[in-house]
Amino acid sequence: MIAIIDYGLGNLRSISNALTSLNIAHEITNNPSKIEKADKLILPGVGAFKTGMKNLRDLGVIDILNKEVLTKKKPVLGICLGMQLMCQKSYEGGVCDGLGWIDAEVVKFNFPGNNLRIPHVGWNDTKCDSSCPILSSAGEKQTFYFVHSYYPNISDPSIIKGVCNYGHDFCAILQKDNIFATQFHPEKSQYEGLEILRKFNEV
Amino acid sequence: MLKKRLIPCLFLKNGHLVRSEKFSYHQLLGDPLHQVERINSWSADELIYIDISDVKEYDLRRSDMKVKRMSDIYEIISEVSKTCFIPLSFGGNIKTLDEIREILKRGADKVVVNTIAIENPNFITEGAAKFGSQCIIVGIDVKKENGEYKVYSHHGKTLTDKNLVSWAKEVEHLGAGEIFLNSIDRDGTGMGYDTYLIKSVADAVKIPVIACGGVGVFEHFIEGFVDGNASAVAAGNIFNYTENSVIRAKKTLKKAGIEIRDIVKNPTKSLNNPKF
Repeated sequence: MIAIIDYGLGNLRSISNALTSLNIAHEITNNPSKIEKADKLILPGVGAFKTGMKNLRDLGVIDILNKEVLTKKKPVLGICLGMQLMCQKSYEGGVCDGLGWIDAEVVKFNFPGNNLRIPHVGWNDTKCDSSCPILSSAGEKQTFYFVHSYYPNISDPSIIKGVCNYGHDFCAILQKDNIFATQFHPEKSQYEGLEILRKFNEV
Repeated sequence: MLKKRLIPCLFLKNGHLVRSEKFSYHQLLGDPLHQVERINSWSADELIYIDISDVKEYDLRRSDMKVKRMSDIYEIISEVSKTCFIPLSFGGNIKTLDEIREILKRGADKVVVNTIAIENPNFITEGAAKFGSQCIIVGIDVKKENGEYKVYSHHGKTLTDKNLVSWAKEVEHLGAGEIFLNSIDRDGTGMGYDTYLIKSVADAVKIPVIACGGVGVFEHFIEGFVDGNASAVAAGNIFNYTENSVIRAKKTLKKAGIEIRDIVKNPTKSLNNPKF
């Protein structure tokens, strides 16, 4: 059973629909005992970083998430804002502390003097490290759907498992032990994205 | 490299899929769900649903598909999102943040707001603060009158006093994530995009512009990117009337050297759905 953490932000239904299509048992929840019982967690997210952290705090689920992920080493997949929330801090709408599982700062794309548009919206190629257990053997280059203005600036390059380029390289997939995350939306990336959810379920 | 996007746009009227012409004539095409499955299996890059109903009344009882009767648009979104594994945007008649929340909860990823943004521009900022800029697409409907571009609200019915380029810049400043730009004059005509219109908006803002209105042949998509400088090209009718239209459009774009996502032979093959 995968628990999709419901903290009032994000496209929970899209992820649920994707898991349903893959016949993967899951539940959308913010109930601590259900989070505790789940085999795996998905931290979804579409929206603003500050609101996301505030909602997690207000729901009182941060302690249990820390325990499940950091102590019990339960596999967790962060998606988009979910990935960013795992980081130390973000500069979205002023500085705000994150969950701090990943040593990274979330910063905004900044392209002075060129014509790259922000947000980074659309399908982009990602160079994938197939040794990462959630990545399929579909090839080194896979194409996923991104929609974001901020990205995590990762300190430790060894946890970067997928690199995308928009103006410059940035981390699109990371893995640190039991913690997995994607900046793109696997649930909206057709076959290659659904494969990531399928593989995550098998971790 | 970031790909250019090809976006089928489906117009709904009272629960039925319709063909639109100049924002006023609407021919019935049928069931809104059958089409989304076809498009999803054809490697479209995104999907936009626009509800152009005058009254909030949706009736799918006459459908001969497996679809259950749906009493409102939220149920249509719920059903659509079950088979749509590409980004799904929904627009039409949105007036409140609660409606946006409900639409997202039903499985949409973004919303298109238009009239409410003109009536209350601050709505864009509130929506972006709550759901993120990436979620808020502002629709701008434009008609050319005496050689001048005029912005219309209420699905092309009401002339506004907005200046096109300043309005586009304003919505960007207010926090919109994208602009969905539609030419009322070209809608349903098959004459091709008004590329001058598209370029004048696309060059004025740094957020992506989705062009819509007028595509009659696949080559028109090329013009939207090359002459219009759009980030994404959308169209309605060509996808409804032409078999394999997404694939054929992508082949045309590829041949012209436009960076577009590869055609995925079987984009949903991991699904346990014998239909695919």
